[in-house]
Amino acid sequence: MALAGFADTSSRKTSAPMRKSRVVILLLLPGIAYLGLFFLAPLVALLITSFEAPDPNSFDFGAYVYAFQWQNYVAGVAEYWPIFLRSFFFAIVATLAALLIGYPIAYFIGVYLRGRASLQAFTLILVVAPFFISFLLRTLAWKQILGDDSWLVTTLKSLSIMPADGHITGTAFSVIFGLTYNFIPFMVLPIYASLERLDLRYLEASSDLYSRPSTTFFRVTLPLSLPGVVSGTLLTFIPASGDYINASDDFLGGPSTQMVGNQIQSNFLKLLDYPMAAVLSVVLMGIIMAIVTFYVRRSGTEDLV
Amino acid sequence: MRFSLGKWLLPLYTMLALILLLIPIGYTFIFSFNDYFKTNIGWQGFTFRNWTNACDAQGLCSAFGNSLMIGVVSTVFATAMGTALALALARYKFRGRSIISLLIFIPMATPEVVLGAGLAAQFFTLNVEKGLVTVILAHTLFCLSFVVVTVKARVASLDPALEEAGRDLYAPPSQVFWRITFPLLIPGILSAALLSFALSFDDFIITYFNSGSVQTFPTFIYISASRGVPAEANVIASAVFILTLAVVVTSQLVSRARAKALKRSA
Repeated sequence: MALAGFADTSSRKTSAPMRKSRVVILLLLPGIAYLGLFFLAPLVALLITSFEAPDPNSFDFGAYVYAFQWQNYVAGVAEYWPIFLRSFFFAIVATLAALLIGYPIAYFIGVYLRGRASLQAFTLILVVAPFFISFLLRTLAWKQILGDDSWLVTTLKSLSIMPADGHITGTAFSVIFGLTYNFIPFMVLPIYASLERLDLRYLEASSDLYSRPSTTFFRVTLPLSLPGVVSGTLLTFIPASGDYINASDDFLGGPSTQMVGNQIQSNFLKLLDYPMAAVLSVVLMGIIMAIVTFYVRRSGTEDLV
Repeated sequence: MRFSLGKWLLPLYTMLALILLLIPIGYTFIFSFNDYFKTNIGWQGFTFRNWTNACDAQGLCSAFGNSLMIGVVSTVFATAMGTALALALARYKFRGRSIISLLIFIPMATPEVVLGAGLAAQFFTLNVEKGLVTVILAHTLFCLSFVVVTVKARVASLDPALEEAGRDLYAPPSQVFWRITFPLLIPGILSAALLSFALSFDDFIITYFNSGSVQTFPTFIYISASRGVPAEANVIASAVFILTLAVVVTSQLVSRARAKALKRSA
């Protein structure tokens, strides 16, 4: 599974001899050139755009020139810091929720169903099945199921479980719910990949030494599955913090749930404020890179658990 | 002696979680049969009409066709370049290897909205008009890294003894590659291509930044979301779902039958 390879940074030594470097260059050149042209160059374009100022010689909407306008960053952070906070809050809560829901699923498939290959395959297919249907349609389905006129909400209201003027959609809850839902498979797959390789004799040894099941879990199982947990949380956290589908008005969000992604999109595509969209992108990318680096370093040490 | 969380608690919990995962799929499927008028919200009666006339919703089928085309073309490019990169990384030692690995990894760790805005900023600066070509260029980019990771895992799991045997029998390097290595890699390359197609087909964020007036299946849904998605879109999504499920189940069955046959002959 490709997602499992996310955590795999060690490369096994192969016995193949070193051959002509010309072959290597031929193999590398197209892909590296492509990444340079369409990944690195756009990042540079974004960085340059973030320092642009409105073109003084043009009355066109959306015309900008490079001006080393570093104040763009000050303005961007001053205006949007609450939205950054909200985005990362949503993303962190959704990641934790996905971990709480996803870990038991992965454990069930990888440990509980060990030895029953067809059941394992069947359950795994159910876990990835949401990927086979459009991301937008599945989010819209939740919007309709949780919407104000839906059977669920009217029932909850008639039972007075929910206040008569209450909503589910358009709230922080529904956005976090949507983010959690959409990224659970990303959490399950890498954790499953770790647990599937877990040697069950360690668990036996632990219980033979009279440790309680919870102790076995926290001292043996969880540490051994940590690589999967790390890549699963990253695979959930990164797309969740940049997502803007769940939070957008037409889906599960409302005006009070806007995330950074929504602001980047509206600045870029609606307001044509390219410098501001670029500032927000650069800051978002910077924060994510910082969090990811810190997180990977921390979890690389054994004292995390 | 159970080290699991109770005998029935875990299966029950998993079952509930799986039901939660599958609810929107069921919803989408059921509402593809809704005899809707204007908006496909609320059940209005059963009909096959949406399935028999799926292209009646204006713009839907051309958007779907665009998605298929974009998926195939970007998958071909991404798979070709990605396989080459994976081979180089898994089989050769060279200077700058770790930097190249990092360069391949970072696009996967970049939020889509940043990738999309970056590409759009670059196309804007270079005065490239947005359309099919820019979407294909963008999709090829984000599929590339996933192809490399998938194929690299496959190369690493190959038994080096097979290639050694080829060399011991005096096969020239090119023959070893095309007669031994490449055939063994085909399953990995195929699954990378499938993954790449699936990623491209369902991508919305990067596409929306770079598509201009061209519509794909996801952008069609996004744009119609504000006034109500036609049930015909549910039909297309359900059909794609069933087809994908069939492909995945078949490939699982085939590979397991193969593994069994290998075991028996060994």
